[in-house]
Amino acid sequence: MGALMRTGYDLELVHLTKRYGDTVAVRDLNHVFLKGSYVCLLGPSGCGKSSTLRMIAGHEDVSEGEIVLDGQDVSYLPPAQRGTAMMFQNYALFPHLSVRDNVAFSLRMKGIDKQKRHARANELLELVDMTSLADRLPAQLSGGQQQRVALARALVTEPKALLLDEPLSALDPFLRIRMRAELKKLQRELGITFIHVTHGQDEALALADEIVVMNDAVIEQAGPARQVWAQPRTEFVARFIGGHNVVALPEGKATVRADAVTLGEDGIPATVTAVEYQGASVAVTATTSGGDEILALLPEEQFFQSPKSPGEAVSLCWDDGRLHRLQA
Amino acid sequence: MQLKNRHILGWLEAAPLAMVLLGFLIAPIVMIVIVSFWGATEFSIYPAFEFDNYEFLFGSPVTYRVFGATFKYAFITWALTLAIGFTVAYFLAFHVRSLTMQIALFLVCTIPFWTSNIIRMISWIPFLGRNGIANQTLISWGVIDEPLEWLLYSDFAVILAFVHLYTLFMVVPIFNTMMRIDKSLLEAARDNGASGFQTLVHVIIPLTKPGIMIGTIFVVTLVMGDFITVRFMSGSQRANVGRLISNDIGLLQYPSAAATAVVLLCTVLIVIAILLRFVNIRKEL
Repeated sequence: MGALMRTGYDLELVHLTKRYGDTVAVRDLNHVFLKGSYVCLLGPSGCGKSSTLRMIAGHEDVSEGEIVLDGQDVSYLPPAQRGTAMMFQNYALFPHLSVRDNVAFSLRMKGIDKQKRHARANELLELVDMTSLADRLPAQLSGGQQQRVALARALVTEPKALLLDEPLSALDPFLRIRMRAELKKLQRELGITFIHVTHGQDEALALADEIVVMNDAVIEQAGPARQVWAQPRTEFVARFIGGHNVVALPEGKATVRADAVTLGEDGIPATVTAVEYQGASVAVTATTSGGDEILALLPEEQFFQSPKSPGEAVSLCWDDGRLHRLQA
Repeated sequence: MQLKNRHILGWLEAAPLAMVLLGFLIAPIVMIVIVSFWGATEFSIYPAFEFDNYEFLFGSPVTYRVFGATFKYAFITWALTLAIGFTVAYFLAFHVRSLTMQIALFLVCTIPFWTSNIIRMISWIPFLGRNGIANQTLISWGVIDEPLEWLLYSDFAVILAFVHLYTLFMVVPIFNTMMRIDKSLLEAARDNGASGFQTLVHVIIPLTKPGIMIGTIFVVTLVMGDFITVRFMSGSQRANVGRLISNDIGLLQYPSAAATAVVLLCTVLIVIAILLRFVNIRKEL
């Protein structure tokens, strides 16, 4: 992240709040999205991440606070004048328009003549590799193809920030992994800010330069993907991001990574409750006498040297140096 | 063997509907077509196969005038019901946010249907009459000095009644189609810089076309087949094809009435065929 300097193109949220009647969907958010970074807003459903995105996009009114893009408060501008573009969860392609006309829609609204707007749409379709299907209707495309068209349509407005609302959730797992690689590649080529809302931690880890974990209307933790994963600040983040065990110590709660837990001789006694073979590793879940559930991620070879099965007593060990203290 | 059984089963399943359609749709139409070729004198009708009825129909200038009037009623009523129906449906579908409110307001639209067509029509008469509520109010406000003559027993009254009776047939299919429009499409349009009016023209109207077409078919067929509204609201001073047929029946001239009915049926079918060329309504059904 060090290479990215703060510039005028940053997107900044200042005391951003959203209320629906008495319920607070987003509470006093303050955050700076650096120019050209890929940011994932991560959190469970109802945590306020979608409301935040929709406020940035201008599809939801701001109750309090400001959204500053490129040095200008855009909170009360209509969506098209903010310099943002949104890609919708179900893509929201116009079913009665061809792929090319979908991409050219915003240019048509500006009154640009047909020849020019089609030429520009063709450029964008080439960018997302959809030139050959330009005359089709959206209903004749697969999910992945529809997504590319939606991307092209959002990018045709030359936004400073592209907002993606759970863009991969409608795809099957295989396609999802392929499309996320394409999203990342595209973002790197274009160099614009991508803000991507997701509830999948693997998606966030794979894509994001910066992860913003939200829970219960506030930001729990924000930082580079590696930092959020290795040093979760709160128990919620540790549990949500996965791959961690939360253990209670006399000084407070701490986490230990699942791959730092081993089965040894003199550790914490526990009973195996589940064994899951995952290929390169084996996930062993064990319950301690205190009732804590601990996950140990063991390398495959190591596990099969002395395999365990549910019901067996084991002893869980970890290096105290690998404990990470939680702040909350 | 099994294949044959399936075959029979399929026919059996289709039979009840086929019988109903055969008995109550096909047979009466065939009967009307047959009778339209019969002959008639002042006091009798006799089976025959002659073209006299059609010759008389197509030879008379009255026919063309009356068909013209029917088309005029259908067109004006269509235009007005479309304008009102689209507006009402748009309001219900896009401005009323809560589903409960949408259903409640929709039911309010249907209240006039709780009473009969004739009653709804006749209730206009004391309102529009020479000394009716409308004229008296306008005079008391000083807008006019003398009662307006064209309010009742005129084309105005006929079309007013048509619009009143049939607007709901436009509202329902349009509302239905609008409710199926994904709301995120409207957001996408806004995101792409479309103004409210541009969204209406470039997104909502194109996607509502099938509903508009179904409503159009309802209204056009209802107005073209009507005779009672025209009779009551024009005080028997105006004519449409329905009244032509009804008059023939009143004079026991069944063959002539049947011939007019056949021509009207063909006209309506042609109109619908033309409409269907413009919009594919299959996905709505």
